[in-house]
Amino acid sequence: MIERIASSFSTDNYWELFQLVQNSVLTAAVLGLMGGIIGVFINLRRAGLVVHGIAEISFAGAALFLLIGLDVVLGSTLGAVAAAALIGILSIRDREVSAVTAVLMPFGMGLGILFLYLYQGRTANQFGLLTGQIVGVDDIQTRTLISVAVVISVILILIWRPLMFSSVDPQLAAARGVRVNLLTIIFMVLLGGAVAMSVQVVGALLVLALLVVPSAAALKVARRPLIVVLLSCGFALFSAVAGIMIAIMGTVPISPYITTISFLIYVVCLLVGRRQRARISSETAAAMS
Amino acid sequence: MTEPALRLDSATVRFGARTLWSDVNLSLDRGEFLAVLGPNGAGKSTFLKVLLGLQRLNSGTAQVLGKPVRRGSHQVGYIPQHHQLELETPLRAKDLVAMGLEGHKYGIPWVSRRSRARIDELIDQVGAAEYAQRPVGLLSGGEQQRLRAAQALAGNPGLLLCDEPLHSLDLNHQRAITELIRSQAVDRGAAVVFVTHEINPVIKHVDRVLYFARGDHRMGTVQDVMRSEVLSELYQSPVEVIEHKGRLVVMGEHSEGVHHD
Repeated sequence: MIERIASSFSTDNYWELFQLVQNSVLTAAVLGLMGGIIGVFINLRRAGLVVHGIAEISFAGAALFLLIGLDVVLGSTLGAVAAAALIGILSIRDREVSAVTAVLMPFGMGLGILFLYLYQGRTANQFGLLTGQIVGVDDIQTRTLISVAVVISVILILIWRPLMFSSVDPQLAAARGVRVNLLTIIFMVLLGGAVAMSVQVVGALLVLALLVVPSAAALKVARRPLIVVLLSCGFALFSAVAGIMIAIMGTVPISPYITTISFLIYVVCLLVGRRQRARISSETAAAMS
Repeated sequence: MTEPALRLDSATVRFGARTLWSDVNLSLDRGEFLAVLGPNGAGKSTFLKVLLGLQRLNSGTAQVLGKPVRRGSHQVGYIPQHHQLELETPLRAKDLVAMGLEGHKYGIPWVSRRSRARIDELIDQVGAAEYAQRPVGLLSGGEQQRLRAAQALAGNPGLLLCDEPLHSLDLNHQRAITELIRSQAVDRGAAVVFVTHEINPVIKHVDRVLYFARGDHRMGTVQDVMRSEVLSELYQSPVEVIEHKGRLVVMGEHSEGVHHD
């Protein structure tokens, strides 16, 4: 197996190849930045599983639109935003949403598989929805992905303080006049959009690698808000871009590279974070004695 | 300063057919300390929600500093019950205090120099300078609660609402937080409404007691309200209030309801 992967590598004409995927690299970079920002809130609100659920509904939407010959990005966006808004509304009534998510997830997946089965086109498209297909995105899609990602990032920055407030301490935020429920819905709609965009890069099954893992890694090593965001964006951007740049040398799809890189970053951060904490507690112990 | 910090006139809250409490009349001056007591579900938290503008009265009026209560008013500070913040919360102590000052604002999250100075001032006020730069998730319950006090004081409130702020803190921290509320709020002319299931930690600061139970309430000084006959009448069953070394112990069939939440 290793031989099969290794023998598929070739660095001939790398820069010519790279120019072909320039668009994809740029898209991945922008999506990485967006993922880094929204990921901080996903982790704070413990919504990792919810993200996975939204991704699978998004997959169903994409598959449906592929089947009926409409724009795949639009289909996955509609599916993701609808699922996210529904979960958001349910979460306001009852804080336990993992059961709802677990119910929606296989349903979305099943629908998606049905639509793909009915679809008569290229099988590469089918596989791409689940595991990523960014190398195949055209100019128009690139532009869509980048603009949506930029809009989502800008909105997140503008609602940063109230969203952070209501994520950390909803009770107090409400007392200070923050519209906590409204912010939850806004956040979920943004999350739906972010998932739909990320599905185009890493596929429905691996969205967590771009949206959750980088910020989870950043939260292990940093506590200053700005540093957490910068690190999280940096990690996401690096995994996405490096993943593509390595992948174009061979025939293995890009998503395994992206997921592996982001996983390795997480492991390193986990170890660094442990050492930091050990140091802090030994310093406090020393200060107290 | 003629207008009271807080004024309730025939305030009533009903949930469906059930009257939580009714006809509460209260005028609290600046610098006064009101302890709100009662068993679970008697309406203590709802009382605070009314004052925060998060719960409407079914009848009657509630005014803060002469104006009808309003959601998110800067005149009202709020210290919630202590709950440990997540270990990985990406905030330092001073970021948490900053949230009390500007956490409700939309727009680019830029902290002005003036806000920065105010944040430092608040941190000094609650004695948290030593750990101002530390991540909040690593702080103890007492330290986090000091920061919540700083958040509540950020708007220089005329009315400070406390929702069992001493809950799950050890005795030393209970005393420290109580002293802090005394020195930074009461002595600076704010009225304090202090919801608690245990009056003893704050008893020497209390000017008046509002005791809710069974859809009814009693109000007055500690000596007026915390008496066997008054509480027995309120609970409609025998309750005994015993004074022991300056501490009040409320005993009766309801004592579990009185002392736990």
